[in-house]
Amino acid sequence: MTSPSTASLPADLADDRLIREQGLRGYVTRFTARVRSGDLGALPVVVGLAVIWVVFYALNPVFLSSRNLVNLTLQSAAIGTIALGVVLVLLLAEIDLSVGSVSGLAAALLAVTFVQGDLPLLAALLLAIGSGTAIGLLYGLLYVRFGVPSFVITLAGLLGFLGLQLYVLGDTGSINLPFDSAVVQFAQQAFLPAPVAYALAVLVPAAYAAVRLAAGRRRAAAGLSAPPVLDVAVRAGLLAAVLLLAVWYLGVDRGVSVMFTLFALLVVLVDLALRRTRWGRAVFAVGGNVEAARRAGIAVNRVYLSVFALCSTLAALGGILAASRVAAANQSSGGADTNLNAIAAAVIGGTSLFGGRGSAYSALLGILVIQSISSGLTLLNLDSSVRYMVTGAVLLLAVTVDSLSRRSRRSHGRA
Amino acid sequence: MTTSTHAPDAPISERREPVLSLTGISKRFGAVQALTDVSLDVRVGEVVALVGDNGAGKSTLVKVIAGVHPPDAGTIRFDGRPVTIDGPAAAQRTGIATVFQDLALCDNLDVVANLFLGNEVAERGVLDEVEMERRSWELLRRLSAKIPSVRIPVASLSGGQRQTVAIARSLLGSPRVVMLDEPTAALGVAQTAEVLNLVEALRDQGHAVILISHNMADVMAVADRIVVLRLGRNNGDFDVNTTTHEQVVAAITGATTNAVSERAARSARTSEEKTP
Repeated sequence: MTSPSTASLPADLADDRLIREQGLRGYVTRFTARVRSGDLGALPVVVGLAVIWVVFYALNPVFLSSRNLVNLTLQSAAIGTIALGVVLVLLLAEIDLSVGSVSGLAAALLAVTFVQGDLPLLAALLLAIGSGTAIGLLYGLLYVRFGVPSFVITLAGLLGFLGLQLYVLGDTGSINLPFDSAVVQFAQQAFLPAPVAYALAVLVPAAYAAVRLAAGRRRAAAGLSAPPVLDVAVRAGLLAAVLLLAVWYLGVDRGVSVMFTLFALLVVLVDLALRRTRWGRAVFAVGGNVEAARRAGIAVNRVYLSVFALCSTLAALGGILAASRVAAANQSSGGADTNLNAIAAAVIGGTSLFGGRGSAYSALLGILVIQSISSGLTLLNLDSSVRYMVTGAVLLLAVTVDSLSRRSRRSHGRA
Repeated sequence: MTTSTHAPDAPISERREPVLSLTGISKRFGAVQALTDVSLDVRVGEVVALVGDNGAGKSTLVKVIAGVHPPDAGTIRFDGRPVTIDGPAAAQRTGIATVFQDLALCDNLDVVANLFLGNEVAERGVLDEVEMERRSWELLRRLSAKIPSVRIPVASLSGGQRQTVAIARSLLGSPRVVMLDEPTAALGVAQTAEVLNLVEALRDQGHAVILISHNMADVMAVADRIVVLRLGRNNGDFDVNTTTHEQVVAAITGATTNAVSERAARSARTSEEKTP
């Protein structure tokens, strides 16, 4: 009945109906088929970022200068960290509108306790970050206990914690962080030494390849198909090339910022937690179908609590990074466009507003898009009026792409 | 004759002790007496179809067995021991798995993730995808399930395949009793056949199967015994081999004559006239 060739196939490739495409051509075919069915992944944002860079470079070559790109990484880290929390909340199909206020409150708390209250820096930092965790837990409790929509809870939080921030800052309204303090040094002056940066650029792809190959061996031992070694090598090689190029080019100026490295590290950690742990699986399940998750025995309430807490914690951390970078906490910390940029970054990066679909990397890609637009328009001497309009248009575009790809996935049976 | 309690030529259903046995189950919702003194026995290696008209109490009985609603009165015995099923988790611990009509799958997750949802194989919190995928194939092959890939989102599967995934998932805890609520509703012809094959596979592997269905053709095709509920009471327990479709329909509707039985009688008469 079955020919010897099919019998010896790995378990996951044995079905006759599977279309097997091998080698580079198969790769391209699979990729285009996936994109056509609406499973876009990070493609729109990567293409968008490339277009933005090319356009701004054409308008003003300074845009892609090493110096400007270093500034771009410095500007991205704080709001990117906030956006990372927003990604988590969006994965549950919820929203946190108060991330800006929470980040501003954390900045104010840090400045007041550290500068005016003479608390040790570490204690002040823990207090500021802990306040974010507490706020997130409060949101989570309100959500799971009383079923208040997260939109309303966090809208109340947006107002309430902005008020608390102004109250904490008191009459002065603005508190400067000392330039020689560790946080300001960290955010403004700390760059990875070149050897460390190069070592990371080589070690990260090496670790990736090692993990993939080990998994491949385990799969083969379990009678499943393993990714071809060449495939792993090409991916790791591409990753190494991109990282080495970035390290070299940023190194022409000041180098790779430690703050940006921290942000990138957080992104990788959140990504691993989402894809490789039971908690992450629960987050996607709750975002996809709460009722199914509950019936499968997942502690749904705990998932909501943990995600709201993480989001506000990351918002507080982002607020501290932002305040450290400008060496001050004031009444407008976390105000203006912080909130909107963080949420827009998560959506532009490709995390669906409908829940259950997205990745931690959308925070990184999304914030790079937003800061690139901001930086490019500043270089063209266009003020914030244009910046708001362009960012708004890009956000609208991103949400439209999300909605269209969702419709396409539906019609291709991949919703 | 030996000292065996049952004659060797008794029907299958009489030969073995029931694994799940409900007696005198009553359930009341406000002014509505949903179940009155209902009994149900299920044995290993047997498919029992639970049929009845809308509002006959099928869903309530399913929920009582699944632990969603505790009964007001009556006893549930599992393997001869009285048990209390006071929640879905308790039902699963006891060894009763239920596949509800809405399946409760996460469309955005792949087959492996859905099969092991809430039950993931993990080492110190880190998922063991290889082990889960290997076990998924083992499970699906045991059920002769036709699923091309376990790494595609469940959204891209057909109705029958989704039902297969839901049933396969219910088997992970090695339950003795599997309860399927309307598994063939809204399925096409081929897909219905696929699910019915699956029901037979479950029986042949030593599970006791409770099948809730509206579709008499499906029931007659796979069930060994048919238990009829009418207005919240038992209204017949039929052996499929010695029962006609009309008898069951009569028990469901509570009428001795109705459109179905009359037509059957008519066609029986005409065929008798044709073949003297």
